[in-house]
Amino acid sequence: MSIEDLYSEIVLEHYKEPHNVGEIQSPEIFAKGFNESCGDDIKIFARVKDNKIEDIKFLGKGCAISQSSASMMTDLLKGKSINEVKEFIKAFNKKITGEENFPEDSDEWFELSALKGVIKFPIRVKCASLAWHTLAQGIRDYENKLIRRNNEQL
Amino acid sequence: MLDVKKIKEDFLIFQRKIKGNNLIYLDSAATTQKPIQVIEAISNYYRNNNANVHRGAYTLSEESTMMYENARQSAAKFINAKSSESIVFTRNATEGINLVANAWGLEYFKADDEILLTQMEHHSNLIPWQLVAKKTGAKLKFIYLDRNGELDLSNLENLINEKTKFVSLVHISNSLGTINPVRDIIKHAHNYNIPVMIDATQSVPHTFVDVQELDCDFLVFSGHKMLGPTGIGVLYGKEELLDKMPPFMGGGEMINEVHLDWADYRSIPWKFEAGTPNIAGAIGLSAAIEYINSIGKENIEQHGKRLTQFAIEELEKIDGIEIYGPKFNRGPLVAFNIKNIHPHDVSTILDEYGVAVRAGHHCTQPVMQWLNVPATVRASFYVYNSFEDVEVLIKGLKKTKEVFAGVY
Ligand SMILES: Cc1ncc(COP(=O)(O)O)c(C=O)c1O
Repeated sequence: MSIEDLYSEIVLEHYKEPHNVGEIQSPEIFAKGFNESCGDDIKIFARVKDNKIEDIKFLGKGCAISQSSASMMTDLLKGKSINEVKEFIKAFNKKITGEENFPEDSDEWFELSALKGVIKFPIRVKCASLAWHTLAQGIRDYENKLIRRNNEQL
Repeated sequence: MLDVKKIKEDFLIFQRKIKGNNLIYLDSAATTQKPIQVIEAISNYYRNNNANVHRGAYTLSEESTMMYENARQSAAKFINAKSSESIVFTRNATEGINLVANAWGLEYFKADDEILLTQMEHHSNLIPWQLVAKKTGAKLKFIYLDRNGELDLSNLENLINEKTKFVSLVHISNSLGTINPVRDIIKHAHNYNIPVMIDATQSVPHTFVDVQELDCDFLVFSGHKMLGPTGIGVLYGKEELLDKMPPFMGGGEMINEVHLDWADYRSIPWKFEAGTPNIAGAIGLSAAIEYINSIGKENIEQHGKRLTQFAIEELEKIDGIEIYGPKFNRGPLVAFNIKNIHPHDVSTILDEYGVAVRAGHHCTQPVMQWLNVPATVRASFYVYNSFEDVEVLIKGLKKTKEVFAGVY
């Protein structure tokens, strides 16, 4: 395990030119995340239509790991249903903490597995998960809001 | 010149390898390593003398009490306090500040009173005052930074006025390295009879701090940043001011006579030491003071200055580096960033070389906001650091740039 495995080409590519950076006006899903230990922050915006993530963007300052993770995450989750996204977040968390292996020959996981190096740097797991935890929080808030709205209508 | 090689031998942690490399510890501003003399003082105490203090009339308790009180005397002497009664043992600097903010502030602040701090305070000298301000209606005022990261004192005449009831500020900034002209500020505040507290956490380990010469009213520091153990710190207060403050916490050790509905407190400093204190910690701190004295504060200060100067000169040669804080006359630390590389990534790569530096906001988020960066890398130096340590740091930074070469 060398430092180049942590900072693989894919990670550095995404860090250099992150995808899906920006804001979405009046998004259905919005959450702010903060990594206390390094001072990094992230904002995630998502447009939901027919229970699907129609668009997703992020804004934030952070290290190569957190930025590339957010960039890849937003690429991957666009078009998925809320339930699929929730499952994906769970699966990612298990893989990034080393509880499960990254799948070897899955197109979907190919880019993300560039983050594999993080497992050997426990302090950096937080960086890789920041965007994912933040989105999970945003989804929880979104679903709670839906439940409240339904209750009010009853 | 310090004999760093010999000093390093006293610190067993340097026998450790980090990822196959020698440990290059450049995070002493966060906490220092501990020499064997301190570790043994603590372990000897537990082996030979352990008993609670101020309680029994048996040999061990007497010994333990004496060792604890001797430690207080050595702390008093270390900062040239007039008497050991003005030394309150705390857990750390943070607790000392909270003690004063609460015991003094809740007693004497009213709505619209002003508390003067600076923009460069550690969170531990900001949050306690925010809390007390909320409870009392007092207002926080700040001395802001100028372009060089030094205090802008041009407005001091306005900032210190009849409404000002307390001034609290850091002596040496842990995030910028700035050395503040605390003596002048104290003098100025005293013209209005305003008490001043100095956060000397980063200065006491490195330079001779004389509380009588400074004429500060309160001063705090932490043992763990000066070769001592964690969990022990010092609050110095002028006796007459400590006397005027109610206790901060209640419990055993701090009382004389107790009834169900009232109690009479002990005199200072014990009035402020409720509960069984950190006896071993105080003894460890005393051993740390002895160790520092054996090297000599002047030597330590010179060494820190030389290393910092050398580090700055070498850092400046690296393309794309930005160094923060005043250029001259600074504490033994240097904070910087490499363009387009996040401090966290720098720190991870340096760790591959055994180099430990801090990456983060250094508990001074308002300073990061002022610098307009989320975080910085900080290298800080102490007695066991050598010029070679700085060279390894520089080598690691060059490697970091290589890893990130594609990013430009
Ligand atoms: C300037 C300054 N003040 C206060 C503190 C707080 O010290 P402690 O956490 O030991 O209470 C620190 C430690 O980082 C510091 O550098």
